[in-house]
Amino acid sequence: MLREFKQSILIALWFVFLTFPLMVVRVNTIENVVVWRWENILWVAIGAFALSYCWRYMLARRQRQNKKAEEGIDTRGPLQAALDNVELRNRAMAVLLTLALIFPLVFDTYQTNIMVTALIFVVLGLGLNIGVGLAGLLDLGYVAFFGVGAYTYAILNANFDMGFWIVLPIGGVLGCLFGVVLGFPILRLRGDYLAIVTLGFGMIFKVVMENWETLSQGPSGIANIDRPGLFGIEMTLAQSTVYIYYIMIALVVLTIIVTNRLKNSRVGRAWIALREDEIACVAMGIDMARTKLSAYALGAFWAGMVGVLFAAKTTFINPAGFTFMQSAIILSIVVLGGMGSILGVILGAFILVLLPEYLRAFSEYRMLVFGAAMTLMMIFRPQGLISNLRQIYQYKGSKDKAAHDG
Amino acid sequence: MTDKKHKLLEVKGLTMDFGGLRAVDSVSLAVHEGEIAALIGPNGAGKTTFFNCVTGIYTPTSGDILLHPKGLETRRLNGFKPNKVTEMGLARTFQNIRLFSGMTVLENVMIGRHCRTYSGIFRSILRNRSVREEEQETIETSYRLLEKVGLEKFVNEFARNLPYGAQRRLEIARALATDPFLLLLDEPAAGMNPYETSELDQLICRISEEEQIAILLIEHDMKLVMKISNPIYVMEYGKKIAQGSPFEIRDNPKVIEAYLGEEVDA
Repeated sequence: MLREFKQSILIALWFVFLTFPLMVVRVNTIENVVVWRWENILWVAIGAFALSYCWRYMLARRQRQNKKAEEGIDTRGPLQAALDNVELRNRAMAVLLTLALIFPLVFDTYQTNIMVTALIFVVLGLGLNIGVGLAGLLDLGYVAFFGVGAYTYAILNANFDMGFWIVLPIGGVLGCLFGVVLGFPILRLRGDYLAIVTLGFGMIFKVVMENWETLSQGPSGIANIDRPGLFGIEMTLAQSTVYIYYIMIALVVLTIIVTNRLKNSRVGRAWIALREDEIACVAMGIDMARTKLSAYALGAFWAGMVGVLFAAKTTFINPAGFTFMQSAIILSIVVLGGMGSILGVILGAFILVLLPEYLRAFSEYRMLVFGAAMTLMMIFRPQGLISNLRQIYQYKGSKDKAAHDG
Repeated sequence: MTDKKHKLLEVKGLTMDFGGLRAVDSVSLAVHEGEIAALIGPNGAGKTTFFNCVTGIYTPTSGDILLHPKGLETRRLNGFKPNKVTEMGLARTFQNIRLFSGMTVLENVMIGRHCRTYSGIFRSILRNRSVREEEQETIETSYRLLEKVGLEKFVNEFARNLPYGAQRRLEIARALATDPFLLLLDEPAAGMNPYETSELDQLICRISEEEQIAILLIEHDMKLVMKISNPIYVMEYGKKIAQGSPFEIRDNPKVIEAYLGEEVDA
């Protein structure tokens, strides 16, 4: 501790020295006087010292934790420990679900609308999590599948007057198909190359939608898309928002159940094995092509479904809504929340969507904060906010261990 | 044929070229039922390339790899994908350990069961009774295999946290989980201390006897090879230079030359 303290003081002094000409000396060339602003030294020193000390403290703490982990001591924080407790987790989930269900009754349409956006990103994050988090297939063009779903509904609705509920599964299936279409050419790629091709795919989607005017009406987009119907009942905007909110809650719950089951199944294990070591994976009898394609297809399926809902919610879509920025945000949700962790991704989606909404005053600095937060995450918590929950297996002879494993 | 043992794997004139380099040059060998065969040779002799050809990681330039499973028709393995080869009953381990390091020890073995189980995406989502039963069976089988190789105390440990010798044994357990009739071990004793090596040779003998699995192994530890394997095949510069029992190999001048260099004539 004392060493860290000393080093921080030295760094503070160094910063004072470095910033002296900028922060202290001000030469007024008109009146030919030099203004000495000594009080600034103090602020620079305090600021540099505090930052440096925090930085050092966090690094030291991480090192201590790594050491403890090597010695086999429990290093889970209180949050992680609470999450590993199954009973507590179930109770927390019940409470959260109740809160989610009464949310639109308590808050106004504006808040509900924001919440719908956040829930859309939860589903997108969970979908991308299948590819990136479980199977380890980086996808920088994920928003294209989202766009496929949205345009499916917009086009079918405008041209054939098809309703939301019919198109919802069609959007999912089309997303799935595009997932396979993208998956085929990149079966052999990994790492950087994979990232570049998926990035290109995302771009291609946007460019095609901008230029294929007969299909998509080009950059001007498609307007007047129908909101989801409920047995032909007429709804006001506020009622419709609440309705969409509940549809979205149902969709989120469905996504969570399905992805959770897949994660802990034979298929999910194959995905994780693929992420860990491709060659060992095929040598153990796993069909790489099928496993990769299924990961892409399933990830794209959710994006397609939620795309349909997005089009129905905004009633207007254009290609500008499906940019690389969106893909990057979805990817950040997965990385920030914790790759492969369902709870982490949900938390990540809420943080990344809601914080910018409520901190509109700082919107100019949004990207700056975003970048800084990501960098700090990578240094101090590379596994994400909530790391993946381990599945616990029951086998013969596990009785005596069961108590210990919880 | 009755007095002769059933031939499981037959490789005829296997050749593998990488551009202008001939890594394996018309090598033939056979592994019979109940055998522990060994493939030895100096570094760079093409032993691992030979393994990679047999297991489908490389497609050989020419030659035949024939598999004669008991009671089934003969299959030619050339050009098959690795997962197909494994499905047919040929499992392998790797020279540089290739475990799924972020998965637990049990999960590693469970991956080996993948090609013997059937739950697909839709059934996994529904998670009906047959899926749950299959899953439980996978867990039990994997746990038994861990007991067999003596790793049951590490069952919930991450594979990367295992000691080196245990990682090698875990690779064998994972390969066994695919229900093979022929096991290919690529330098299973590399980097092990004498105690671990002797444990390993007992394990290999036990697998061969109890499970009725034939074994083909690449190894540099001559003590181990001479003790447990028969026949032995020797490779140098991609060519097979000798084959026979440990005694024949030990006194073969070509083998001695390959390992110790040519004697200078007086």
